[in-house]
Amino acid sequence: MLDNAAEGYVTADGRQIGPVVMEMRNITLRFGGVEAIKNISFDVREGEIRAIIGPNGAGKSSMLNVISGFYHPQDGEVFYRGSKRPPMKPFQVARQGIARTFQNIALFEGMSVLDNVMTGRLNHMKAGFLSQAFWWGKAQDEETINRQKAEEVIDFLEIQAIRKTPVGRLPYGLKKRVELARALAAEPQILLLDEPMAGMNVEEKEDMSRFILDVNDEFGTTIVLIEHDMGVVMDLSDRVVVMDYGKKIGDGTPDEVRSNQEVIDAYLGVAHD
Amino acid sequence: MPEQLVFAMEVTLNGLMTGVMYALVALGFVLIFKASGIFNYAQGVMALFAAMTLVGIQQGRVPFAHVINEIFGTDIHYFGWEVPALLAILLTVIVMIAFAYLVQRFVFKHLVGQEPIILFMATIGLAYFLEGVSDLMWGSEIRNLDVGLPQGINDWIDVTTFEALGYGFFIDNLDIAATLIAAILVIGLIAYSQYTKNGRAMRAVADDHQAALSVGISLNYVWVLVWSLAGIVALVAGIMWGSKSGVQFSLSLIALKALPVLMLGGFTSIPGAIIGGLIIGVGEALFEFAIGPMIGGATENWFAYVLALVFLVFRPQGLFGEKIIERV
Repeated sequence: MLDNAAEGYVTADGRQIGPVVMEMRNITLRFGGVEAIKNISFDVREGEIRAIIGPNGAGKSSMLNVISGFYHPQDGEVFYRGSKRPPMKPFQVARQGIARTFQNIALFEGMSVLDNVMTGRLNHMKAGFLSQAFWWGKAQDEETINRQKAEEVIDFLEIQAIRKTPVGRLPYGLKKRVELARALAAEPQILLLDEPMAGMNVEEKEDMSRFILDVNDEFGTTIVLIEHDMGVVMDLSDRVVVMDYGKKIGDGTPDEVRSNQEVIDAYLGVAHD
Repeated sequence: MPEQLVFAMEVTLNGLMTGVMYALVALGFVLIFKASGIFNYAQGVMALFAAMTLVGIQQGRVPFAHVINEIFGTDIHYFGWEVPALLAILLTVIVMIAFAYLVQRFVFKHLVGQEPIILFMATIGLAYFLEGVSDLMWGSEIRNLDVGLPQGINDWIDVTTFEALGYGFFIDNLDIAATLIAAILVIGLIAYSQYTKNGRAMRAVADDHQAALSVGISLNYVWVLVWSLAGIVALVAGIMWGSKSGVQFSLSLIALKALPVLMLGGFTSIPGAIIGGLIIGVGEALFEFAIGPMIGGATENWFAYVLALVFLVFRPQGLFGEKIIERV
């Protein structure tokens, strides 16, 4: 069993999966009288691609928002790198090395692609207030170094051609990619992707899948993603959590999940004929 | 050259320089509005407060002297030293940053996510509160402000224009200095917002709060930052207007002059604030020059507002403001 392998394991395609880096314990989230998440626990291992799937309104996005600090659960705990995480604001979570994208894309529309990606580097820039104000010393060096990092990410995601374009003018698929670039520029330990392929055509989906795999492979980034598209998820992820009406109804490898009767009834049975 | 045209040129030049002053006040509004959606009615009072503080520090006045004397039965007014202008400006900047922090910590932190009208009301409250504090701290007499800026007619321009046109222009050195300083300030602000970490964070917050949070930007920090910058801009505006006509409570009314500038330039555009200020400055000067005598003068009082009103009807987002497009 995977769960017993405390120190991790090696996947079929030869990637090293490490020990548990983040654990959600008995998370319950309510909005007024509505329970969006009901007592859910699962863990995320270092270096794996972990998917959360489920029908509309299952509470997937809410779960991602709990991880990234946008929502605070009424019950339950989040453990990150071995210790319990106190309630945090989203920017504090981001500073801990957890980057994210949004389902509806939250980019800085008025800024260029390069500037957007540079905002991902903010937490790596330490120059003081005065140094920045007078553009002297540390601030100047930092700008150069981080600019270089940003350019690397831009190359990696093959968006060099639109570096200077204001994001507001880009088509939807490219915006999604820019958002990924911004998250990647932060060199996160964990990357949270909220429906990275929603609204894309087949070709764009293939590109995005490739990038997700490449990121995981190249940088060893742990990825937690939410997705509707079943086929994509099964191909991409190492382990899958299935949610329905705020409850967890399945958790395991894609094969395990696929053969889980409850999952088939709740989700696959509806989605496929 | 016909005499009227020469006069008009002089009026235009002076109008441009007044416009720079308007622009400077409008700039403070734009900074805060862009980053937080707060229309800061207190911007004018901040200029007054900054100028008052500067004069107070410079002359070595004891803050809250009146209160202290009342309570302890003492009679102190001065520390007995004078602070050099540059140091006094630096100290005032620190006071304005402290003010920014306090405003964010005790007022706007508690109003996050409220309706714009509520935020606006809060700034009105803040304006009168600050006016009171300013009065209590430094007294309400008119003060002369002198930080060593040149004053009086610029001889070179006077002589040059006299030789060329047969009529010497009257351009105040103070206006020239103000224009230069304003230009440096604007270029500095733009460079700061384009090329530094904090500047980028500022633009990010102005663009999308949620996205800004997700890349690790603290909204609170950025808001303190923009209020500080607006405080510094207010100080510069306070110095300019204060050197011109003394530091007095009517200084806070320059905020009202910034309103038409904002309507013209758009509430979210720094270049808009500049151009808007220049248009209003020149427009009202020329109007007063050309039409004023026919209708009894004093058109400066209302011309700017009428111009802004016309603009509002035809281009509600201002010259450079973001276009208001709503999908149905």
